[in-house]
Amino acid sequence: VVVAEVTERPLDGSELLRRLGGAGDGAVVAFEGRVRDHNEGRSVACLHYDTYRAMANSVLHEIATEAVQRTEASAIAVRHRVGSLAPSEVSLVVVAAAAHRKEAFDACSRVIEQLKHRLPLWKREEYADGTSSWLEGQTPGTEPGSHASRSAHRTEPGQDEV
Amino acid sequence: VTSTVHLAILLFGKHRDIAGRAVVELDLPAGATVGDVRAALSQHPELGSSVEGAAVAVNRRYERDEAPVSAGDEVALIPPVAGG
Repeated sequence: VVVAEVTERPLDGSELLRRLGGAGDGAVVAFEGRVRDHNEGRSVACLHYDTYRAMANSVLHEIATEAVQRTEASAIAVRHRVGSLAPSEVSLVVVAAAAHRKEAFDACSRVIEQLKHRLPLWKREEYADGTSSWLEGQTPGTEPGSHASRSAHRTEPGQDEV
Repeated sequence: VTSTVHLAILLFGKHRDIAGRAVVELDLPAGATVGDVRAALSQHPELGSSVEGAAVAVNRRYERDEAPVSAGDEVALIPPVAGG
Protein backbone atom coordinates (compact mmCIF):
# COMPACT_ATOMS: atom_id res chain seq x y z
CA VAL A 1 0.00 0.00 0.00
CA VAL A 2 1.66 3.17 -1.21
CA VAL A 3 -0.94 5.69 -0.01
CA ALA A 4 -4.27 5.31 1.85
CA GLU A 5 -5.66 8.53 3.23
CA VAL A 6 -8.59 10.89 3.61
CA THR A 7 -7.66 14.47 2.86
CA GLU A 8 -9.06 17.97 2.32
CA ARG A 9 -6.53 18.69 -0.41
CA PRO A 10 -7.48 18.56 -4.11
CA LEU A 11 -6.73 15.19 -5.70
CA ASP A 12 -4.71 14.44 -8.80
CA GLY A 13 -5.03 10.92 -10.19
CA SER A 14 -2.18 11.40 -12.64
CA GLU A 15 0.27 12.09 -9.81
CA LEU A 16 -0.47 8.71 -8.17
CA LEU A 17 -0.59 7.02 -11.56
CA ARG A 18 3.01 8.11 -12.18
CA ARG A 19 4.12 6.91 -8.75
CA LEU A 20 2.90 3.31 -9.05
CA GLY A 21 4.26 0.38 -10.98
CA GLY A 22 7.68 -1.24 -11.23
CA ALA A 23 9.41 -3.07 -14.05
CA GLY A 24 7.33 -6.19 -13.36
CA ASP A 25 3.99 -4.38 -13.58
CA GLY A 26 2.50 -4.66 -17.04
CA ALA A 27 -0.72 -2.89 -16.00
CA VAL A 28 -1.49 0.18 -13.93
CA VAL A 29 -5.17 1.12 -13.60
CA ALA A 30 -6.23 4.54 -12.32
CA PHE A 31 -9.77 5.53 -11.33
CA GLU A 32 -11.01 9.03 -10.57
CA GLY A 33 -14.43 9.58 -9.00
CA ARG A 34 -15.72 13.06 -9.83
CA VAL A 35 -18.63 15.12 -8.60
CA ARG A 36 -21.60 15.02 -11.00
CA ASP A 37 -23.69 18.12 -11.62
CA HIS A 38 -26.91 16.12 -11.47
CA ASN A 39 -28.36 13.23 -9.47
CA GLU A 40 -31.76 11.59 -9.75
CA GLY A 41 -33.12 14.41 -11.83
CA ARG A 42 -31.90 17.25 -9.59
CA SER A 43 -29.28 19.84 -10.38
CA VAL A 44 -26.36 19.52 -7.92
CA ALA A 45 -24.48 22.71 -6.99
CA CYS A 46 -21.98 21.02 -4.67
CA LEU A 47 -21.28 17.87 -2.67
CA HIS A 48 -20.20 18.10 0.95
CA TYR A 49 -18.27 15.12 2.36
CA ASP A 50 -18.12 14.52 6.11
CA THR A 51 -15.93 11.83 7.68
CA TYR A 52 -14.86 10.22 10.95
CA ARG A 53 -11.28 10.88 10.00
CA ALA A 54 -9.30 8.80 12.50
CA MET A 55 -11.36 5.72 11.72
CA ALA A 56 -11.57 6.44 7.99
CA ASN A 57 -7.80 6.52 7.60
CA SER A 58 -7.46 3.18 9.33
CA VAL A 59 -10.35 1.56 7.39
CA LEU A 60 -8.96 2.84 4.09
CA HIS A 61 -5.56 1.38 4.89
CA GLU A 62 -7.20 -1.94 5.84
CA ILE A 63 -9.16 -2.00 2.55
CA ALA A 64 -6.03 -1.34 0.47
CA THR A 65 -4.03 -3.96 2.40
CA GLU A 66 -6.76 -6.56 1.86
CA ALA A 67 -6.88 -5.76 -1.84
CA VAL A 68 -3.15 -6.43 -2.16
CA GLN A 69 -3.50 -9.67 -0.17
CA ARG A 70 -6.56 -10.98 -2.01
CA THR A 71 -5.71 -10.06 -5.58
CA GLU A 72 -2.47 -10.30 -7.51
CA ALA A 73 -1.94 -6.55 -7.36
CA SER A 74 1.59 -5.48 -6.45
CA ALA A 75 0.68 -2.00 -5.21
CA ILE A 76 -2.37 0.13 -4.39
CA ALA A 77 -2.79 3.84 -3.74
CA VAL A 78 -6.09 5.40 -2.65
CA ARG A 79 -7.10 8.90 -1.56
CA HIS A 80 -10.57 10.19 -0.71
CA ARG A 81 -11.23 13.88 -0.48
CA VAL A 82 -13.57 15.46 2.10
CA GLY A 83 -15.08 18.93 2.47
CA SER A 84 -17.12 20.82 -0.13
CA LEU A 85 -16.53 19.87 -3.77
CA ALA A 86 -17.93 21.49 -6.91
CA PRO A 87 -19.01 19.50 -9.97
CA SER A 88 -16.06 18.02 -11.91
CA GLU A 89 -13.80 18.05 -8.84
CA VAL A 90 -12.17 14.72 -7.98
CA SER A 91 -13.51 13.06 -4.82
CA LEU A 92 -11.70 9.72 -5.07
CA VAL A 93 -8.53 8.35 -6.66
CA VAL A 94 -7.67 4.64 -6.74
CA VAL A 95 -4.59 3.32 -8.55
CA ALA A 96 -3.64 -0.36 -8.75
CA ALA A 97 -0.53 -1.90 -10.30
CA ALA A 98 -0.16 -5.58 -11.27
CA ALA A 99 1.69 -7.84 -13.68
CA HIS A 100 -1.44 -8.20 -15.83
CA ARG A 101 -4.51 -6.09 -16.57
CA LYS A 102 -7.18 -8.32 -15.02
CA GLU A 103 -5.53 -8.23 -11.60
CA ALA A 104 -5.06 -4.46 -11.79
CA PHE A 105 -8.71 -3.86 -12.75
CA ASP A 106 -9.91 -6.32 -10.08
CA ALA A 107 -7.88 -4.69 -7.33
CA CYS A 108 -9.02 -1.20 -8.31
CA SER A 109 -12.66 -2.27 -8.45
CA ARG A 110 -12.42 -4.13 -5.14
CA VAL A 111 -11.11 -1.06 -3.33
CA ILE A 112 -13.97 1.08 -4.66
CA GLU A 113 -16.68 -1.44 -3.77
CA GLN A 114 -15.24 -2.02 -0.30
CA LEU A 115 -14.97 1.65 0.56
CA LYS A 116 -18.56 2.22 -0.50
CA HIS A 117 -19.57 -0.40 2.09
CA ARG A 118 -17.17 0.35 4.94
CA LEU A 119 -15.50 3.74 4.81
CA PRO A 120 -17.03 6.03 7.48
CA LEU A 121 -17.74 8.90 5.17
CA TRP A 122 -20.97 10.64 4.16
CA LYS A 123 -22.11 13.01 1.45
CA ARG A 124 -24.69 15.76 1.47
CA GLU A 125 -25.91 17.03 -1.86
CA GLU A 126 -26.55 20.74 -2.08
CA TYR A 127 -28.95 21.61 -4.87
CA ALA A 128 -29.22 24.60 -7.15
CA ASP A 129 -32.47 25.59 -5.39
CA GLY A 130 -30.69 25.97 -2.02
CA THR A 131 -31.96 22.74 -0.40
CA SER A 132 -29.73 19.82 0.57
CA SER A 133 -29.94 16.20 1.65
CA TRP A 134 -27.70 13.42 3.01
CA LEU A 135 -27.46 10.57 0.53
CA GLU A 136 -28.65 7.13 1.63
CA GLY A 137 -25.78 4.67 1.93
CA GLN A 138 -24.78 1.21 3.09
CA THR A 139 -24.80 -0.09 6.66
CA PRO A 140 -21.29 -1.43 7.39
CA GLY A 141 -20.94 -5.02 8.63
CA THR A 142 -18.85 -5.89 11.67
CA GLU A 143 -16.33 -8.22 10.04
CA PRO A 144 -13.48 -6.77 7.97
CA GLY A 145 -14.06 -7.59 4.32
CA SER A 146 -17.72 -8.49 4.86
CA HIS A 147 -20.84 -6.54 4.07
CA ALA A 148 -23.47 -7.89 6.42
CA SER A 149 -25.43 -4.86 5.49
CA ARG A 150 -28.96 -4.58 6.79
CA SER A 151 -29.79 -2.19 3.99
CA ALA A 152 -27.86 -3.99 1.27
CA HIS A 153 -29.84 -4.38 -1.90
CA ARG A 154 -27.07 -4.84 -4.41
CA THR A 155 -24.34 -7.37 -4.91
CA GLU A 156 -20.77 -6.66 -5.76
CA PRO A 157 -17.69 -8.42 -7.03
CA GLY A 158 -15.72 -10.12 -4.30
CA GLN A 159 -18.61 -10.14 -1.86
CA ASP A 160 -18.02 -13.79 -0.97
CA GLU A 161 -14.28 -13.47 -0.42
CA VAL A 162 -14.40 -13.19 3.36
CA VAL B 1 -16.87 2.10 42.93
CA THR B 2 -18.96 3.04 39.92
CA SER B 3 -22.02 1.19 38.72
CA THR B 4 -22.53 3.20 35.57
CA VAL B 5 -20.53 3.74 32.41
CA HIS B 6 -20.40 7.30 31.13
CA LEU B 7 -19.99 7.53 27.35
CA ALA B 8 -19.72 10.43 24.91
CA ILE B 9 -21.09 9.09 21.62
CA LEU B 10 -19.65 10.72 18.48
CA LEU B 11 -22.22 11.66 15.82
CA PHE B 12 -21.68 12.14 12.08
CA GLY B 13 -23.54 13.00 8.90
CA LYS B 14 -27.31 13.13 9.22
CA HIS B 15 -27.23 12.30 12.94
CA ARG B 16 -25.20 15.41 13.65
CA ASP B 17 -27.80 17.55 11.87
CA ILE B 18 -30.75 15.78 13.50
CA ALA B 19 -29.32 16.08 17.03
CA GLY B 20 -27.88 19.54 16.42
CA ARG B 21 -24.60 18.52 18.03
CA ALA B 22 -21.52 16.35 17.46
CA VAL B 23 -21.63 14.39 20.74
CA VAL B 24 -24.40 12.82 22.83
CA GLU B 25 -23.67 11.81 26.43
CA LEU B 26 -25.04 8.56 27.84
CA ASP B 27 -24.94 6.88 31.24
CA LEU B 28 -25.42 3.12 31.03
CA PRO B 29 -25.21 0.36 33.65
CA ALA B 30 -21.84 -1.34 34.08
CA GLY B 31 -21.57 -4.28 31.68
CA ALA B 32 -23.42 -2.42 28.94
CA THR B 33 -23.07 -3.52 25.34
CA VAL B 34 -23.19 -1.95 21.89
CA GLY B 35 -26.83 -3.09 21.73
CA ASP B 36 -27.54 -1.09 24.90
CA VAL B 37 -25.93 1.99 23.32
CA ARG B 38 -28.11 1.53 20.25
CA ALA B 39 -31.25 1.11 22.39
CA ALA B 40 -30.47 4.18 24.48
CA LEU B 41 -29.85 6.32 21.40
CA SER B 42 -33.15 5.11 19.91
CA GLN B 43 -34.84 6.70 22.95
CA HIS B 44 -33.05 10.00 22.39
CA PRO B 45 -35.63 12.76 21.79
CA GLU B 46 -34.01 13.99 18.57
CA LEU B 47 -32.22 10.91 17.19
CA GLY B 48 -35.05 8.40 17.74
CA SER B 49 -35.79 6.28 14.70
CA SER B 50 -32.82 7.69 12.74
CA VAL B 51 -30.64 5.22 14.71
CA GLU B 52 -32.24 2.37 12.73
CA GLY B 53 -29.80 1.18 10.05
CA ALA B 54 -26.78 2.77 11.72
CA ALA B 55 -23.65 0.87 12.77
CA VAL B 56 -21.70 1.41 15.99
CA ALA B 57 -17.92 1.69 16.14
CA VAL B 58 -15.95 1.14 19.35
CA ASN B 59 -12.37 2.37 19.33
CA ARG B 60 -12.61 2.89 15.58
CA ARG B 61 -13.82 -0.61 14.69
CA TYR B 62 -17.35 -1.71 13.78
CA GLU B 63 -18.74 -3.88 16.58
CA ARG B 64 -21.67 -6.26 16.97
CA ASP B 65 -24.51 -5.60 19.41
CA GLU B 66 -23.06 -8.18 21.85
CA ALA B 67 -19.71 -6.36 22.22
CA PRO B 68 -19.12 -4.70 25.62
CA VAL B 69 -18.48 -0.99 26.07
CA SER B 70 -16.41 0.46 28.90
CA ALA B 71 -15.66 3.89 30.29
CA GLY B 72 -13.01 5.54 28.14
CA ASP B 73 -14.00 3.74 24.93
CA GLU B 74 -14.34 5.91 21.85
CA VAL B 75 -17.87 5.10 20.69
CA ALA B 76 -19.36 6.43 17.46
CA LEU B 77 -22.76 6.12 15.80
CA ILE B 78 -22.14 5.49 12.09
CA PRO B 79 -25.00 6.28 9.71
CA PRO B 80 -25.10 4.27 6.46
CA VAL B 81 -21.86 5.17 4.67
CA ALA B 82 -21.71 6.79 1.23
CA GLY B 83 -18.19 7.31 -0.04
CA GLY B 84 -16.98 7.57 -3.61
